[in-house]
Amino acid sequence: MNRAFLVNFLKPFEFTKSGGIMVNYDDVVNTVVELFKKAETELGEDVIKAIQKAYEEEDNEVARSNLKAILENVQAASRLKVPMCQDTGLPIVFVELGRELCLDFDLKKAITEGVAIATEKVPLRPNAVHPLTRQNPGNNVGMHMPQINIDIVEGDSLKLTVMPKGAGSENVSALKMMLPSQVKEIPKFIVEVVKNAGGKPCPPVFVGVGIGSTFDGAAKLAKKALLRNVTEMNEFERQILDAVNSLGIGPMGLGGKTTALAVLVEMGHCHTASLPVAVNIQCWANRRASAVLR
Amino acid sequence: MEYEVRTPLVKEDILELKAGDVVYITGEMFTARDEAHMRALEYMKGGRELPVEFNRAVVYHCGPLMKKSNGEWVAVSAGPTTSARMNALAPKILERVETMAIVGKGGMNKDVVEALRGKGVYLAYTGGAGALAAQAIKKVKALYWEDLGMPEAVWVFEVERFGPCIVGIDAHGRSLYAEIENKVEENYKKVLSRLESAIDH
Repeated sequence: MNRAFLVNFLKPFEFTKSGGIMVNYDDVVNTVVELFKKAETELGEDVIKAIQKAYEEEDNEVARSNLKAILENVQAASRLKVPMCQDTGLPIVFVELGRELCLDFDLKKAITEGVAIATEKVPLRPNAVHPLTRQNPGNNVGMHMPQINIDIVEGDSLKLTVMPKGAGSENVSALKMMLPSQVKEIPKFIVEVVKNAGGKPCPPVFVGVGIGSTFDGAAKLAKKALLRNVTEMNEFERQILDAVNSLGIGPMGLGGKTTALAVLVEMGHCHTASLPVAVNIQCWANRRASAVLR
Repeated sequence: MEYEVRTPLVKEDILELKAGDVVYITGEMFTARDEAHMRALEYMKGGRELPVEFNRAVVYHCGPLMKKSNGEWVAVSAGPTTSARMNALAPKILERVETMAIVGKGGMNKDVVEALRGKGVYLAYTGGAGALAAQAIKKVKALYWEDLGMPEAVWVFEVERFGPCIVGIDAHGRSLYAEIENKVEENYKKVLSRLESAIDH
């Protein structure tokens, strides 16, 4: 099986087994391990492009020095094949399961085993702990962990996307159940969340926004928005990005015009009586990797 | 100004540092996050002997990613963690030392600025630059409180020219973070008026 994953996250690696053999348990385990290795050690082209552009446009000396360190760090991680950040995140996995594909094994178990092996092999820092006792099982596996999101889609393939999410940026994320009469105040809420986060989430950040849906649905939309190509934004997103960057928080909260690299918004229909808005902050290391199995 | 700081720290040298200066650290640094701070304070309260000396030390807010290679611990990726989580804990440690430096990211609040006054500094290293930081760690000298788990344990590192670190808070009450925050508040008021038109689109 050829496992030469492409560098670009936006064009996931695809492989097909000949002779009509179905995707098996080991394929999923091995793919999950390789996807974590890739996500932790190499940023997608779109993310690197956004950081590079910020470095070129920034004129504040401290800001430039921080952006330079980020770019050098990304190069070092890729060259040495080590995780770019010691916070290798919580293991979040998105699954797109083609409805024509037949799986005769426990998919969740295979993903979980992949995470445990990746923790040892990549390696990943054991970040998952019991919420109350804070006891660390040491392999990033526990109650509802890894977090696995499954979507049924058209087709006969299995797409796996891993998104290791660090805590510095997750901790400053926020959700607000706004009122239907407050539609115009949505941008203010988004900018406020970034302002309150200050230097804590390792800016420049990516701002994932979920508007509508339900309490949990808005949060999921905000997280999924971060999977998009970060160099493509619509007019609404650009306006909010512009406002965020007028704040002057800058890289690492030490000032400058680059507070965020992108604002990415996803929407869902919501109840006529509600307006949930979720803002999921992501540090500059927007790490994700995808593979398609057939 | 650019400085090279060696450990154990000398108070007079630390007082010389000004917010905005660039610092490279050579010598010893040990990691301490939420759990290690809490346990250290518990030990101090109970009069128990600590495995590390906070006085004249460089305390690194870091939960490193470590691996064992040929029986020896090696730092794989070891950038700073968000220091603000230690806002309530750091002053309680600082009141028991003569001098100390903290290395972290994202800055700390005004209680810490006050606690550092006349004795210590807060140094900012680029957040997320874990692979780069690990290059400056030459040796892992000790590991304490391993039961807290890899990120929360206390790791003692031997470092060579660890940096560039920017003096974010100096020993004279000046905080770059507080200054930026004030500017951000002003800017925020200005952008508010622009924001309402965004949704009309």
